[in-house]
Amino acid sequence: MSVIAPRKALSLGEIAREQGVVIIIALLLLGLSFASDSFLTPRNLLNIFNQSAPLAIMASALTLVIIGGGFDLSTGAIFGVAAVTAGWIAIHVDPYLAIVAGPLIGLVLGTVNGAIITAFGVHSFLVTLATSLVYRGIAILMTDGKLIPVRIAEFAWLGRTKMGMVNVAVIVMLVFMVLMMFLLNRTTFGRAVFAVGGNEEAAILSGIRTRLIKILTFALSGAAAGLAGVITVSRISMAEPQAGAGLEFEAIAAVILGGTSIMGGAGAVWRSVAGVLLMALIGNGFNILNVNPFFKDLTTGVIIVIAVALAASGRRR
Amino acid sequence: MSSNQVAVSVRGIAKSFGGTRILHDITVDIETASVHALVGENGAGKSSLGKIIGGYYSPDQGHVTVGGAPVTRFSPRDALRHGVAMIHQELQLVPELTVAQNVFLGQESARAGVLVGGDLARFHALETTCDFGLDPMAKVANLRIAERQKVEIMRAIARDARVIIMDEPTSSLTEDEAERLHALIARLKAQGKTIIYVSHFLDHILANCDRVTVMREGRVVRTDAIAGETKQSLVASMLGQHSEILFPPLPPAPAPATTPLVEMRQVSTRAGLRDISLTVRPGEIVGLIGLVGAGRTEVARALFGADPITGGQLLVDGVVQGPLSVRAAIGQGIALVPEDRRKQGLVLTQTTRPNISLATLGRISRWGILSRPQEVARAEDMIRHFGIVPGKVDGQVVSYSGGNQQKVLLAKWAVAKPRLLILDEPSRGVDIGARQRIHEFIVEMARSGAGVLLISSELEEVINLSHRGYLMSEGRIFAEEQSRDLTVETALARVFAEQNQNLAGQEARTT
Repeated sequence: MSVIAPRKALSLGEIAREQGVVIIIALLLLGLSFASDSFLTPRNLLNIFNQSAPLAIMASALTLVIIGGGFDLSTGAIFGVAAVTAGWIAIHVDPYLAIVAGPLIGLVLGTVNGAIITAFGVHSFLVTLATSLVYRGIAILMTDGKLIPVRIAEFAWLGRTKMGMVNVAVIVMLVFMVLMMFLLNRTTFGRAVFAVGGNEEAAILSGIRTRLIKILTFALSGAAAGLAGVITVSRISMAEPQAGAGLEFEAIAAVILGGTSIMGGAGAVWRSVAGVLLMALIGNGFNILNVNPFFKDLTTGVIIVIAVALAASGRRR
Repeated sequence: MSSNQVAVSVRGIAKSFGGTRILHDITVDIETASVHALVGENGAGKSSLGKIIGGYYSPDQGHVTVGGAPVTRFSPRDALRHGVAMIHQELQLVPELTVAQNVFLGQESARAGVLVGGDLARFHALETTCDFGLDPMAKVANLRIAERQKVEIMRAIARDARVIIMDEPTSSLTEDEAERLHALIARLKAQGKTIIYVSHFLDHILANCDRVTVMREGRVVRTDAIAGETKQSLVASMLGQHSEILFPPLPPAPAPATTPLVEMRQVSTRAGLRDISLTVRPGEIVGLIGLVGAGRTEVARALFGADPITGGQLLVDGVVQGPLSVRAAIGQGIALVPEDRRKQGLVLTQTTRPNISLATLGRISRWGILSRPQEVARAEDMIRHFGIVPGKVDGQVVSYSGGNQQKVLLAKWAVAKPRLLILDEPSRGVDIGARQRIHEFIVEMARSGAGVLLISSELEEVINLSHRGYLMSEGRIFAEEQSRDLTVETALARVFAEQNQNLAGQEARTT
């Protein structure tokens, strides 16, 4: 959300609404570090970051789509196409080219989404639902449904190696997140994204190229999904056409958890990354505590409902 | 008619929106089985009063009594329980359903929640009262507005409404259709129904209503029997003593030979403009005078490139322009402050600063990267210049008063330093202080050499703040005058006369 109005003191409810995700993360960190000695170690925390890097990249870019008033259900499928394309290129052409090709193919597929949405004026929910099926189909066709093992050192460094203490993937994620924050908060493009999502008619009457802006947000979301796909293939040394299935929902869940308005016009990238972190913490905590993994999804779901209900109660006055 | 029986009694109602009081101490009695008119200028509060009786707004103070029972909860549903139904200017039907389905929406013939037949029979029974000649199976989406209105009226009658509020019922009807509506109103009255008739068509009111309440600036001026009223007497009450608002002196008008900044030659658009020819010179304030729906906003949108021009020519600096887009218009130095500031102007999810910057992001950025210091300095400048309260660079515009929201919008275009500034209802719903600041700004712009096109439903404002005025009706300009030669009374009389003439012409064509 945005700046808190000073003067009047904040009620507990308002604090919970504004900073809900941060508070829950803090509580979880506190609780888990008491519950288990192995939780609050640099190794475990870095591991959490590393594992959620691909999802955090996708959620960062998806935040721009949602602030712009759109919705992207195709990121999981774009992830899959980028994964198999990168795997194939790494084996048959060049491993470094493969790393570049993943985000690029995502950029193209995302641009296609945006072009269809703006050219026909169809809701992005419907368009990306349809293209996600198309893209997934393409990924399956490309590999005949088979897995492609990719064991090449020049390719695997992206997902597997560390620089000092920190995984390369985590650094890539942080750089990407900062880039998205910069675009959203420091550029004319970011301003236009907020305006398009907040009041499209006002944006048009202010001379903003609203269609172009929308296409760009979807292109970024696609590129992020492609990058996430490449990191994952590099990490598990395996490209499979079903890679990333369901990840689109996790990304959306993270953005919503962070408190970015599904109505568009308000939100922040760091909040979505915090949402990813929160989901990862729940998973990790349940692992450490040896809880039935079934409870992980259940808990995440309950927290999302609470977060959304809190946000909605803030909008009603 | 027994004059003691009161269907609706309104006592001391007050209502504010966002810090602006729109109704003050309203007290009206509406007699049973009468047709009661509410008249006033735009913004006088007549629709708002109708909406309170209809349950759409709840009053801040005062009481409403319907049929002797006090109203405690205000919602359209509760109003219906009291037998009050409202028919809106913006009709509220489900377009994808049929006429009959809409009429019985929420009260379909059903047994234990399962739909059973019989609605068609009920529809025909209703039709004997209404005699609208509507096809019950027609889809509402395919009906004309006049027919949709009939559906709304049938719906009210199907719900057994004893009081029906009609907000501008004839504004989109031909004279012939209006005639039939009035015949229906007479029949409803004979059946003991009470009609509250909100309109600015004085002829319709004089011919069809029993009593009239005249409103001005959110107050009741008087309530009287219609017998003995004339158009003149109503207009005089609507306008009242001229309010004490002083208009700032205008800069001298530019010489008539000056090359116009913009010129329209026989322009028509799909939005309903026909044969519009007008000019605005640098340093000149030009007013568009007409009733709501006369096409004033459409002229503004055409000039701003928001509605494509389908016929005629648009010239800027004497040069014929190709198809104009909003971006191109802004590039030419044209600015539009639109009519509906919340829907078309402001991004309410954002604070003051980004709202001020939105139309001129290019001027405070390089390579697409915003200069925050420049932006903040410029916003602070504007907040001071317009006296925006609260004076915070990142204030929550969504909770600002109407006047301050409007100032933010003016600031957004002031930073663009436009050569032509188009203002559509710039002082609607703002308090007196903001209004005066807005007026000063208009004069300031003209003095600095910009052309201004001013649209306002308050005739006093347009006439006093413009050098020249164009009188509009039905998408056409029918006269051009020096504003100092106009008075509110003469302008209003001419607009009404032109409208009646057009309606008469339409009738002649249809019969």
